Amino acid sequence: MSFKTPIGRVRGLGSAKEGTHHWWAQRVTAVALVPLTLWFVYAMTSLAGADHATAMAWLGDPRNAILTILLVIATFHHVQLGVQVVIEDYVHAEGMKIVVLMAVKLACVALVVAAIFSILKVAL
Amino acid sequence: MSDSKAQDRPLSPHLQVYRWEWTMLYSILHRMTGVGLAVGTTVLVWWLVAMAIGPGAFDLVQSFLGSIIGRLMLFGWTWALFYHLANGIRHLFWDAGMGFELETGRLTGHTVLASSVVLTVLAWVCGYAALG
Repeated sequence: MSFKTPIGRVRGLGSAKEGTHHWWAQRVTAVALVPLTLWFVYAMTSLAGADHATAMAWLGDPRNAILTILLVIATFHHVQLGVQVVIEDYVHAEGMKIVVLMAVKLACVALVVAAIFSILKVAL
Repeated sequence: MSDSKAQDRPLSPHLQVYRWEWTMLYSILHRMTGVGLAVGTTVLVWWLVAMAIGPGAFDLVQSFLGSIIGRLMLFGWTWALFYHLANGIRHLFWDAGMGFELETGRLTGHTVLASSVVLTVLAWVCGYAALG
C-alpha cells in the first residue's frame, strides 16, 4: 500500500522534488569521463616534463583544446555531485552543511571557468 | 508524531560494528580516491591557468610537479584516478543490475585493485619513456 497521491506517483520526483536527477547526472558524467580520462592520462604521459612552448603547441591543437574543455566540465560536474553526497553524509549541523555545500559548488564553477578561459586564451 | 522516545532510537551503526570484508575496503577506497581526486585535480586547473599566464608561471608548476614531492603526489593521483575509474565501471555494472553476488563482488573488486596498480605502473613507464 502506498501513501503517495496519484499525481505524486506519476511525477515520480520524491520528497526532494528532484527524482533521480542527481543519480543520473553522476552516471552521465561518469560514462563521459571513462574515455576522457584515458585520453588525458595518455596525453599527459607524452607531455611529461614539457616546456611552455611544447605545452602551448599541444593545447593549441583544437582537438586537444576541445577534449580538455570537455574533460574539465565533466570532471568538476562529477566532483560537485560526488562531494555533495560526502558532505551530506558527514556534516550534520544544518548551517555548516549549507555553507560547505555552497563553498564546494561555487569553487567548482570558479575552477571550471578559470580552466576554460585559460584553454581558450591559449588555443584561440 | 515527535515525542521524547524518538531520541532513544538507535542511530546508524558505525564502521567498526561490521565484520571486515573486501567489498567494504573497496567501497571506502572509492570514496577516499574520489575526494582525493577532487582536491588533486585542482592542480590541473593550476597547470592550465599557468600555461595561459606565461612561461614563468608554467615553469613553476612544472618544476613543482617534477620534484620528488610533486612526483609522489602525481603518482598517488594516477593510482587514485585509475582506481576510481575502474571501480566506477564496476559501479556502472551494478547500476545495470549485474555483479551483486558476494563472490562476484569480491572478484570484481580484486580485479579493480589489480588493474589500477598495473595501469598506474604502465602510465608511469610511458611517462618516463617520453622523458627519455
